[in-house]
Amino acid sequence: MGRYVIKRLLMMIPVLICVSFVVYFLMDLAPGDIIASMAPPDATPEQIELMREELGMNGTVFHRYFRYLKGLLRLDLGQSLSQKRPVADIFFERLPRTMELAFGSIFVALLIAIPLGIAAATHHRTWLDGVSMTTSMIGVSMPNFWFGLLLIIAFSLHHKWFPSYGADLGLKSLVLPAITLGTEQAGTLTRITRSSMLEVIRQDYLRTARAKGVSEKMVIRKHALKNALIPILTVLGSTLGNAFGGAVTTEAIFAWPGVGRLTVMAVNSRDPNLACGCIIMFSLLLNVTLLVVDIAYAYVDPRIKAHYAK
Amino acid sequence: MDKDLILDLKNLVVRFETEDGIVHAVNGIDLEIERGHAIGLVGETGAGKTTTALSLLRLVPKPPGVVECSKMELDGKDVLNMSVRELEQTRGKDISMIFQDPMTALNPVFSVGEQIAEAILLHENVSKAESMKRAIGMLELVGIPAERAYDFPHEFSGGMKQRVVIAIALACHPQLLIADEPTTALDVTIQAQVLDLMRRLREQYKTSLIMITHDLGIVAEICDEVAVMYAGKIIERGTLQDVFNRTKHPYTEGLFNSIPNINDRKAMLTPIKGMMPDPTNLPEGCAFEPRCPYAGEDCKRPQAKRDISETHSVLCCAYDRPGFHIDRKERS
Repeated sequence: MGRYVIKRLLMMIPVLICVSFVVYFLMDLAPGDIIASMAPPDATPEQIELMREELGMNGTVFHRYFRYLKGLLRLDLGQSLSQKRPVADIFFERLPRTMELAFGSIFVALLIAIPLGIAAATHHRTWLDGVSMTTSMIGVSMPNFWFGLLLIIAFSLHHKWFPSYGADLGLKSLVLPAITLGTEQAGTLTRITRSSMLEVIRQDYLRTARAKGVSEKMVIRKHALKNALIPILTVLGSTLGNAFGGAVTTEAIFAWPGVGRLTVMAVNSRDPNLACGCIIMFSLLLNVTLLVVDIAYAYVDPRIKAHYAK
Repeated sequence: MDKDLILDLKNLVVRFETEDGIVHAVNGIDLEIERGHAIGLVGETGAGKTTTALSLLRLVPKPPGVVECSKMELDGKDVLNMSVRELEQTRGKDISMIFQDPMTALNPVFSVGEQIAEAILLHENVSKAESMKRAIGMLELVGIPAERAYDFPHEFSGGMKQRVVIAIALACHPQLLIADEPTTALDVTIQAQVLDLMRRLREQYKTSLIMITHDLGIVAEICDEVAVMYAGKIIERGTLQDVFNRTKHPYTEGLFNSIPNINDRKAMLTPIKGMMPDPTNLPEGCAFEPRCPYAGEDCKRPQAKRDISETHSVLCCAYDRPGFHIDRKERS
């Protein structure tokens, strides 16, 4: 198991280098030049060139990239040109907010998806199944920004229960963004819970459990759910990983100071170091999440554990 | 003469109402089992043996299954009208079942010890540690070393899994044990071990047994009585001697004729011709009539049970014809 984890961690290094390469070159291809826009309007070309050298942005894109990569290999994400601060500082300042939103939304999603998915599976082809499938369909297809605005109108404007923007009021600020994002995630999770449970519900070992005298409630919650958990975990992992990258629209509606909006801002201001830094950190977080999910498999299913041990 | 009945089943009917029509799986079965007796439920695939067993535990999936009967008493308790709570207390404690396919009958994500302990924990007032200790005891009883209690089903062979399934079924010493083809998934040496084990356990705990099988050899080995099923009906019922040596029903005769004979290898096997009738469309008369070598016009009418002796009964109207007998010789 330990060797497996180390192997997976080492495999992330080439992945992250590839990501940095692609993002850096894409940023270079984008029209607009941050140095030119930072220089005073009356600056001569010589002055601009001097500024480039000072900020380490001189030379061809290859030169710049390798300079950036050298820093990266020393775990240095460089300086943000637009904010004139280390990228790492800016990123980690905002990361806790993103984490809050990610875990908050997953919590909401699980709260909706697991009971709904189980109910749909145990009441397969009844009205309950239809209702839950329709609900999850609505959850998936309803535009995030629209649903978020509805929530703001209802619970910030009319009832004034929750703030409509920012993250200053702690848990209270988190409620609306988490519900907005969580509802969207719940749609997919409900569907996967349902189909995974439907698969398990037909298995012979549930009949064995019933024949032992296990109550129907426990047959579903203990015997069936643990077997249905693998596909649910897979979807959960990628959903959570994506949420770490920032839910840009949700963050925008609620003016949530997370990394999603930071990344968009960095790209818009053509700040290559900040944009690259954000995206590299995002892919690192995503990879770690997926690894954690893979490890979690082993605790859910002993057959996978045996497989890792080899 | 009041017999001490562990199971008293009258006129059991089970049908599955599917989109493609109604499947008549069990069509009016009476089954009485005396305490401590072992009865073999014999018949080919699709005869309704497993469905009969499942309805005794009320485990027939509903929908599409519909179970009806005029009486279903287990040790004097009415199973059919039990509350869910009572039913859960009965399952695994008074009646339990060994399932056919050991490869799929165990939950892959719990250790075998846990799965046995769960039954004990549910029915007996013991601590978790105590239930695990007893589960390990059950494992040793079925010949699995104690240290394997914490292993998972995928780490066991088919024969060992079957023993675990048996250990689960016997964990709370049920009064009635249903064994649904407990040896079909096993190779012959393991088969013998499992049968031997079941016989010993039965002696130890005085359990009554319903042995579902299509292997007449196993019936001869283990059972006191035999009930032969065909198309959802018991067509012949009697003691081992009655059915094996004084066979009455043409279908039972056909079953015996399809067993290979080592002493006469030149003799052709005589399989029963044709197929079991479509359970969605059963004939009004004898279901075996289309395949029966003795069939006559009278077989197309509904059949009535006929008692041959106090222990032996048959569902065949051919015995109304004067001097009728099947070809198979009576033996003593």
